[in-house]
Amino acid sequence: MSTILEVKDLTKKFADTEVLKGISFELKKGETLAVIGSSGSGKSTMLRCLNQLSPPDSGEILLEGVNINTPEIDLNTVRADMGFVFQDFNLFIHLSVLENVMFGPLRVRGLPKKEAREIAMAEIERVGMIDKIDFYPAQLSGGQQQRISIARALALRPKLILFDEPTSALDPELTGEVLGVMTALANDGMTAIVVTHEMGFAQSVADKAIFIDQGIIVEQGVPEQMFAAPRHERTRHFLSNFVGLE
Amino acid sequence: MISFFHYAMEILPDMLSGAWITIQLSVVCITVGIIFGMMLGVARVYSSKYIYWIVTGYVEFLRGTPCLLQLFFIYYGLGDMGLLLKPVLAAGIALGINTSVYQAEYFRGAIQSIKPGQMTAARAMGLSKWKAIRYVILPQALRLVIPSSSNEIIYMFKYTSVAFAVGVPELLAQADITGAMNFRYFESYLLAAIIYTIMVFTVAKIMSIIEKKVYVPGLQLMQ
Repeated sequence: MSTILEVKDLTKKFADTEVLKGISFELKKGETLAVIGSSGSGKSTMLRCLNQLSPPDSGEILLEGVNINTPEIDLNTVRADMGFVFQDFNLFIHLSVLENVMFGPLRVRGLPKKEAREIAMAEIERVGMIDKIDFYPAQLSGGQQQRISIARALALRPKLILFDEPTSALDPELTGEVLGVMTALANDGMTAIVVTHEMGFAQSVADKAIFIDQGIIVEQGVPEQMFAAPRHERTRHFLSNFVGLE
Repeated sequence: MISFFHYAMEILPDMLSGAWITIQLSVVCITVGIIFGMMLGVARVYSSKYIYWIVTGYVEFLRGTPCLLQLFFIYYGLGDMGLLLKPVLAAGIALGINTSVYQAEYFRGAIQSIKPGQMTAARAMGLSKWKAIRYVILPQALRLVIPSSSNEIIYMFKYTSVAFAVGVPELLAQADITGAMNFRYFESYLLAAIIYTIMVFTVAKIMSIIEKKVYVPGLQLMQ
């Protein structure tokens, strides 16, 4: 499989705090990468640096071989190719489910309404929400909102999707439906980077995992191996917080 | 009482022609007010520092001066400088500008009450800032602004009466003229008051119908 994303020596400072101190990793097409680490470790910042919602200070981000961390790059095109799913969903609250999912094809890709609608319907179907197309976000549960926000990201037909703690704002009983959708996506061959605290998901679905602590990648590898036998003390210590991981 | 109705019927055509001018003037002022108010409100939230200060200065200056002064400035003041506008045009401009700065403040409040995540989500999808404002921020702001904006619209509807001061033959002017001609000020003003009330009630009703029509669950100003 070809490399879709290559990150080289990414750094980011907020005021005097170095949040990212040189992050490098590679992602192949179709892979799911789980990014784990404690709160404040820099993993969400890393994700926001990738699509430059929060521009990195230095480093290279090669998307299909093209460095997107240069001023000459049209950020809007890049962002449309990198779906983003937020912790708190951020669905457009004035638009119905269908309009939310049509938004990308219609307003970002500039497709005609009929085509945008077809794409949207297919993606809504994919996340199992076809019976809710006329509902507004406020009328949906958190889990349903997150599924729609995944459909909204998919409707842009992105090259990869970035998930920023997609289940952290959900009640425990609602995380399952969202993780289910994400697992199905991974099985369909969608490339994804998932910042998550769901170790079970990371272990069973992700092809790769990286553990970030204090702005550096402490350890990376295949999740099963990493979780079963962490090589570093910090990884071991972090993983020990999650009981029952086998 | 009978004589009032009789007199009212007699002056009604004049009064209604005045009311019609009031309506036209109001529609112009309110339209100008909402369009400019929206642009000023957006500029106050999203523009660069430089433009922000220009807009803020403009808004604060106009909020800090009486409406009648603004009208006199545009009609007599500019007239003195050689730019003599028709009274109704001067009134339209002065009142439109006046109401736009108040609308601007309501729009600013509405925009600032929208969760930042809405903008972030639009930008993350690859939308430019201005397209995000156009398709995400403004549709929400327009809904949020309706209640406070309605008050300003109603206020402006009545405030068009200051146009009387530069000789626009609107409703108050007609009441004054018919009152003077017939020496029956009390009844003329009373009839004008009744007509204003009916018009304002109708406007309020229209606004509340619009508010209901564009209602979206979950989209309200936080109290």
